Amino acid sequence: MTQADSEFLQRDRSIHPPAFTPDYKTSVLRSPRRAMLSLQSSLSEVTGPTFGHSELGPLDNDLILNYAREGEPIGERIFVHGHVRDENGRGIPHTLVEFWQANAGGRYRHRNDRYLAPIDPNFGGCGRTITDENGFYYFRTIKPGPYPWRNFLNSWRPAHIHFSVFGTGFAQRLITQMYFEGDPLIWRDPMVLGIPDRSAAERLIAPLDLGAAVPLDMLAYKFDIVLRGRQQTLFENKLQGN
Amino acid sequence: MVQPLPTRLQETPSQTAGPYVHIGLIPHQAGFDIFETNFTNVLAGPETKGERIRIEGRVFDGAGSLVRDAFIEIWQANAAGRYNHPADRQEGKPLDGTFRGWGRTGSDFDTGLWFFETVKPGPVEGRKGHRPMAPHINLWIAARGINIGLQTRLYFADEAEANADDPVLNLVERGPLRDSLLARREERDGTVVYVFDIYLQGPNETVFFDV
Ligand SMILES: [Fe+2]
Repeated sequence: MTQADSEFLQRDRSIHPPAFTPDYKTSVLRSPRRAMLSLQSSLSEVTGPTFGHSELGPLDNDLILNYAREGEPIGERIFVHGHVRDENGRGIPHTLVEFWQANAGGRYRHRNDRYLAPIDPNFGGCGRTITDENGFYYFRTIKPGPYPWRNFLNSWRPAHIHFSVFGTGFAQRLITQMYFEGDPLIWRDPMVLGIPDRSAAERLIAPLDLGAAVPLDMLAYKFDIVLRGRQQTLFENKLQGN
Repeated sequence: MVQPLPTRLQETPSQTAGPYVHIGLIPHQAGFDIFETNFTNVLAGPETKGERIRIEGRVFDGAGSLVRDAFIEIWQANAAGRYNHPADRQEGKPLDGTFRGWGRTGSDFDTGLWFFETVKPGPVEGRKGHRPMAPHINLWIAARGINIGLQTRLYFADEAEANADDPVLNLVERGPLRDSLLARREERDGTVVYVFDIYLQGPNETVFFDV
């Protein structure tokens, strides 16, 4: 047993939105009400799927080009980068990071999205990458626009990019959203406000990172992601018998 | 004053996958084709060892309505009971190079049905000092209205003996709660199907795990 596959630390649920957040109306009927059953890690939780670079295409992390047809998509070109680490501060190498978003007008390329802003013929709105040996990832895209949604009558989502991350064990599986520094819609959003701890919610806001911008080409935003950590003990906490 | 504890990083908060989760994770269901390689709900290839099974189900909300935009992933051991992951060092259980043990899918937008084509997993060693875990498949459910992914396990109703010894099932009160984790076996035109419906809320609420 090595540190990288020991048991997970208990998840701190106080930094996550609870299941039931009535201002986000859809959660009302989709939130379990019974107490969850706490499980100590077994092999089923400390293991998880692995992915190889050969499964991804060369443009999978380039949303500016990965659906370009007769030209490039409309909107602000941006570079998004960061590290995926665990709560112990270790970079998580070779893990799959996926992202999806609306186009510059706030419209998704999805059969169920009927917002009146147009589809961009050159923008798909999704991509994926695998972190390097230090847990670093990056991609380039078009800055998504805010969009209205049916919650209250005048509800608008702040501009955001959805992220899906794996880590090394299936218990680390996480989906979240990245917001953009300075967006006045952030602190009016029931999904953001569903997070009980304001400083935790602030960690979903990516700062503008001028140092990583490409002059005369694109601005950059930095979004670091932290997945659950593992127990570190000098007395080995063996999961397996041998 | 006491000495401060060393600070750890804090996990990134979860946010709902939203109604358009399909775009990012299963773009075909969103209605377009973008990647050369797609991750799917078919886990077993022609060479994979083990009993072919289909697992399927639907997801229901607290009003008993179908959740037609749920996103589901599964993670499981191979037919020998071995996870395709370096942390699994069980002896005498070979890896199957054709089997990652992971897949993903979405509920059908009309019928609400989701399914996977896979092989039945073998039993997996339990925590040290505990009995082996009965064959099971780990499920992770995300959707619009779900603020943080839900973890549960699918066990096989026809594994009564192994289930009776399972260290996780035995933490669940016998009766409807424990039964919410059992998939029932059916045979349809020679295909073995295990049916596993998930109830997010209400009297039949599925047991979810804080893992
Ligand atoms: Fe969104």
